[in-house]
Amino acid sequence: MKSRTIKVDYLARVEGEGALYVKIRNSRVTDVKFKIWEPPRLFEALLRGRNYSEAPDITARICGICPIAYQMSAAQAMESAFGVTVDGQLRTLRRLIYCGEWIESHALHVYLLHAPDFLGYEDAIQMAKDHPEIVQRGLQLKKVGNELMAFLGGREIHPINLRVGGFYRVPTKRELVPFIDKLKWGRDAALEAVRWTATLPFPDFEQDYEFVALRHPDEYAITEGRLVSNKGLDIAVREYDDHFIEEHVPYTNALHSVLKERGVYLVGPLARYNVNFDKLSPLAQQAARDAGLGPVCRNPFKSIIVRSVEILYAYDEALRIVDGYEMPEKPAVEVQPHAATAYGCTEAPRGILYHRYRVDDQGVILDAKLVAPTSQNQKSVESDLWQFVPKYMDLPPDELTWRCEQAIRNYDPCISCSAHFLKLHIERE
Amino acid sequence: MLPGDRKPKLAVWKFASCSGCQLALLNCEDELLAVAGHVEIAYFREASRAVVKGRYDLSLVEGSITTPHDLELIQRVRRRSKYLVTIGACATAGGIQALRNFKDVQEFVSIVYATPQYIETLDKSTPVADHVPVDFELRGCPINKEQLLEVISAFLHGRKPNVPPYSVCMECKRRGIVCVMVAHGTPCLGPVTQAGCGAICPAYHRGCYGCFGPMETPNTDSLSKWWSHLGVKEQDVVRAFRTFNAWAEAFREESVAHEK
Repeated sequence: MKSRTIKVDYLARVEGEGALYVKIRNSRVTDVKFKIWEPPRLFEALLRGRNYSEAPDITARICGICPIAYQMSAAQAMESAFGVTVDGQLRTLRRLIYCGEWIESHALHVYLLHAPDFLGYEDAIQMAKDHPEIVQRGLQLKKVGNELMAFLGGREIHPINLRVGGFYRVPTKRELVPFIDKLKWGRDAALEAVRWTATLPFPDFEQDYEFVALRHPDEYAITEGRLVSNKGLDIAVREYDDHFIEEHVPYTNALHSVLKERGVYLVGPLARYNVNFDKLSPLAQQAARDAGLGPVCRNPFKSIIVRSVEILYAYDEALRIVDGYEMPEKPAVEVQPHAATAYGCTEAPRGILYHRYRVDDQGVILDAKLVAPTSQNQKSVESDLWQFVPKYMDLPPDELTWRCEQAIRNYDPCISCSAHFLKLHIERE
Repeated sequence: MLPGDRKPKLAVWKFASCSGCQLALLNCEDELLAVAGHVEIAYFREASRAVVKGRYDLSLVEGSITTPHDLELIQRVRRRSKYLVTIGACATAGGIQALRNFKDVQEFVSIVYATPQYIETLDKSTPVADHVPVDFELRGCPINKEQLLEVISAFLHGRKPNVPPYSVCMECKRRGIVCVMVAHGTPCLGPVTQAGCGAICPAYHRGCYGCFGPMETPNTDSLSKWWSHLGVKEQDVVRAFRTFNAWAEAFREESVAHEK
């Protein structure tokens, strides 16, 4: 009997601390565990007793890479609970800073974290020795996203300018003008990114996923919409808990999220692309087609192309917004708290981020529930590995391990977010 | 600085945190490749699969100590590092997760997890300096990337980092920002908070919320009195001092003094 284990105790090039364990017995995969050993920080408990207005800044600290997603899901949850609508240019400005976060987060992942796998480098710094112009392009693409966040938010990590009701300060039209040339450069560079990622070597691997994403009638959904899937889900955000449940399994600090009716599902760029291809801008659609992608893409390794398409879309959209911007009269809408249950969901770079709060008549938080994209994708990661490992079983151990890591990095897992949420072991018998 | 042509070895470690402070290093888009030219990035899991074993010239440590595993790991990191610098509010003060320190941690765990016995965690979230000697603490939630580059450069050249311990007010005045507390009656923690952010909150018409932690000699008691003149309720004073640097001594004592 021949058995072996693939083990990675501390996955690299992901955000946070995770591990992988795969057991192989007589050339059959007998166990796959994607573990999250990131220490729990207990946000849902520490939010109790805090004021509703503190939720955006506190939850931002769950993740240094996608703080806007936390701030937006929290702020919008409170606004909807208190019957406040933030629309017009304030809504548009929120979309703009969110575009900045998508750009910064996706460019980091595409160029610094994921691309080295495809080209066989340990990291982007090694890759930069052979491909300096490519890595430089990635860094500069990322930089403009960060600049947009820093300008609108005060700083790129944990921005300080978002609040329930809107912003503390809104920019003048003139202040945004210097971004036009940078965004135009970024749009061209992102087009190059789509072309370049399409030339990378991809394993022939597809899965029949259930893709879940927000969908909005008028736009490629980022900040709002209905929760829609390619297998029939179509619900309002407030119905989330009726359809999704979280399970606590012993080997991971992240709760596993599943659809009550159908189980495993996938969120993130690939899900958004498949659910909302028709809502991408004409430029982004054309670039995807030229890169060989149709409206449906089921190869998770090609998420690197899809992420690049979303970088392109975010630049295109940011330019559209800056062009049409008029300074709003007030930086925020007045909010009066009352006892309510608050539901919020936005498209973080890695997928839907759901918040639910119960607040009392003074606006004090009684309880909170936060569901991060990576905890929703954990089962999908495992399900990919169950299918992927048998196809590549004959690779030398080191190479198989690396390919498994790459398969996990397809998801751009964000482990700080999901601990309440990685390590790799492949064991062969 | 080192014998021969050997590049100094840099390691980046993560404990309980959001990864935002190590991200600050990757956010040095214009400097990252230059830094990598001057130091050997020997251990940095968020950026690389490669691990160079042995001793490190400079370890940057992000995150607070919250698990038995981390309690042990930080000792190993110290033993293998010539200099150990903690970066960010989690590593220097325990972070937002130190709010558990004021409560019963088991109750916290059972709120979040259906099966609390699967979870291994310590009663308190504590700064790294509570456990091992630390050569320098760089504050902020998140840290400022220019200050990070200054600290790396200083340690690699064997000099003291130029990171001022004075308050946010100094930066605010230097930027010529109108005082939000005096002019608009907006409660602001700037007078008791260490500089480093560039006084961004007042620049965006918001009061400072203390994310860089207490300044060198903060008069928190006096500031609280000013806040109460502005009509801030006691429980909101407690909340204000109890965020990302809640367990830093000066902020902790002030919040406890206002808690009934």
